[in-house]
Amino acid sequence: MSAARPVALLLDARDTAAIALAPLPPGTAVEVRRGGETVRVVAETLIPFGHKIAVAPMEAGAAVIKYGEVIGVATAEIRPGQHVHVHNVRSDRAR
Amino acid sequence: MDEILLYRRDRGWGTRNHVLVLPLVASASGVARAIARGTDAIWVGHEYEPTPEDLPQNRERIARTLAGFAANPNVAAALLIADTPERSALLDRIRAAGQRADLVVVTEAGGFRAALEQGRERLTALLSGAAAARRERAPVGALILGTECGGSDALSGITANPALGAASDHLVDAGGTVVLAETTELIGAEHLLARRAASPQVAEEIYAIIHRYEAVVRAHGEDIRGANPAPGNIEGGLTTIEEKSLGAAKKGGTRTIRQVVEYAVRPAAPGLVIMDTPGHDIEQMVGMVAGGAQVAVFTTGRGTPTGSPIVPVIKVATNSHTASRMQDNIDLNAGLILEGTETIESMGRRIYEAILAVAQGETTKAERLGHREFSISRYPFGVLDAAGAAR
Repeated sequence: MSAARPVALLLDARDTAAIALAPLPPGTAVEVRRGGETVRVVAETLIPFGHKIAVAPMEAGAAVIKYGEVIGVATAEIRPGQHVHVHNVRSDRAR
Repeated sequence: MDEILLYRRDRGWGTRNHVLVLPLVASASGVARAIARGTDAIWVGHEYEPTPEDLPQNRERIARTLAGFAANPNVAAALLIADTPERSALLDRIRAAGQRADLVVVTEAGGFRAALEQGRERLTALLSGAAAARRERAPVGALILGTECGGSDALSGITANPALGAASDHLVDAGGTVVLAETTELIGAEHLLARRAASPQVAEEIYAIIHRYEAVVRAHGEDIRGANPAPGNIEGGLTTIEEKSLGAAKKGGTRTIRQVVEYAVRPAAPGLVIMDTPGHDIEQMVGMVAGGAQVAVFTTGRGTPTGSPIVPVIKVATNSHTASRMQDNIDLNAGLILEGTETIESMGRRIYEAILAVAQGETTKAERLGHREFSISRYPFGVLDAAGAAR
C-alpha cells in the first residue's frame, strides 16, 4: 500500500484555505486532513499549483486563515472549493 | 530524550570543540592564516579595518560580532591576532565573556616570522587544552538554534519552513532557544508576530525593528509594502504581504516570542527570540552565531550552499528536485511532504532529531564540504541618519 500523493495540503488545523500541490482542474475532488477528520471539497474552477482552495465557508469581511494566522480579509462570500486569491481577498494591513 | 552530550563551557554548552584563530583587523589576516595552516585550528578571514571615519555604532556592532563569535560555546579557545597593540582591545572583552583566549600582536612580536613562531606556540597550548575536553550530559534546553532560509521558492512556505517551525516548537517546548531573524522577510506580518509577543514591550520592539528598516528603505526613495507581494509572488499563489512574510516567519514555529535582540546579541532567556538581521545569508548566520547559536537549520529552495566556520548548519531542501540535484549539499528533503510520504509534523520530528544528532557530533554536509563563510553586517551609509534609533 503506497500513500497516494496528496493534491492539497492544509498547513494548520485552523486554516480556512488549503494549498494546491498540483494544478487542480474544475471538478477535482480534494481531501485534506484537519486534525483527526477528513475535509472534502470540490474545486469550482482551476486552482493553479501553489494557490489556495477554500476548505471552509467565509462570509465577506471574514478572516482568511493560513498557517493558523489571518492572512487577509474576504472581500466577497467564499464557498468551499473556490479559488482564494487577490480577486476575493485583500490584505488586512492599513497602508 | 531530555539530555544530550555537549561540551561544557563557562558561557554555556558547545556542540563542537573548535579552536579559532581570529584576526581582529583585516591587516592581521595574513599572519592569522599562516599560524592556523596545517593545524586543527579554524581560521576565519574578514575585511574589517577600523578607520577614523567609522560610525561609532558600526564600530561597536563589529566589535560585538567578533567578540561574540570568538566566545561562542562551540569554540574551546581563541587565538586573536592584532597588528598593533592599540587594536587588541577585544582580548579583554572576549576573556570577560568567559572565553579562554590568547593574543599575538605582530608589531610587538617583531614582524611576520616572529609573530608566526609566537602564534604557533600559543596555538599549540590552546589546542592541547581543547583536546582534553570531553562531552558531558547536558540538557537539550541548552541549545540555541539559528533558523534561516535562503534561495527560497514557492514551496519554502509550504514544506521546509513549516517543518522547521514544527522542529522549532519541539526545541522551545524542551526548554531551548530558537532564533528567528531576517527582518526584511518579516515585513507585513509584524502585527501577527506582535500578537504572539510575551509582553507589550516585546510587541513594541517587533514593530520598532520593522519600522526602522522601512524608514531606511523609504529614505532611499523606495516603498517596500507597495511592491509586495510582487507580481511573481501573486502568480505563485501568494495573495497578501502578510501571507508572504508568514511563510518566512514559519521557520521559527508558533510559540510565544520572548525577546527581540539586536544583531549579534545573545538572547537573555530561552524560548523563541527575534534577532534584527539583514537578509544577507552569511551576515545573518554570523549574527546568530555571535549571539550564541551552537547549531543551525537552513531551508533552501535552490540549494544555497553556505555554512559556518564554527557551527554545524543542517540544510533542508523545500523540494525533491533540489534535494537530488544538490545531494552533495542537502541533508534533509522536506519535498517528501508533497509526495505524501512525510507530513509537516513527521518532517518536523525528523529535523528535530537531526538537530539533536548533529549537536552531539554527527557532521553536516556543509561541515564535511568545508563551507566556512564569514561576513559581518554593518549599517550602510545613511542608515543611521535615516533611522535615527539605530543602536
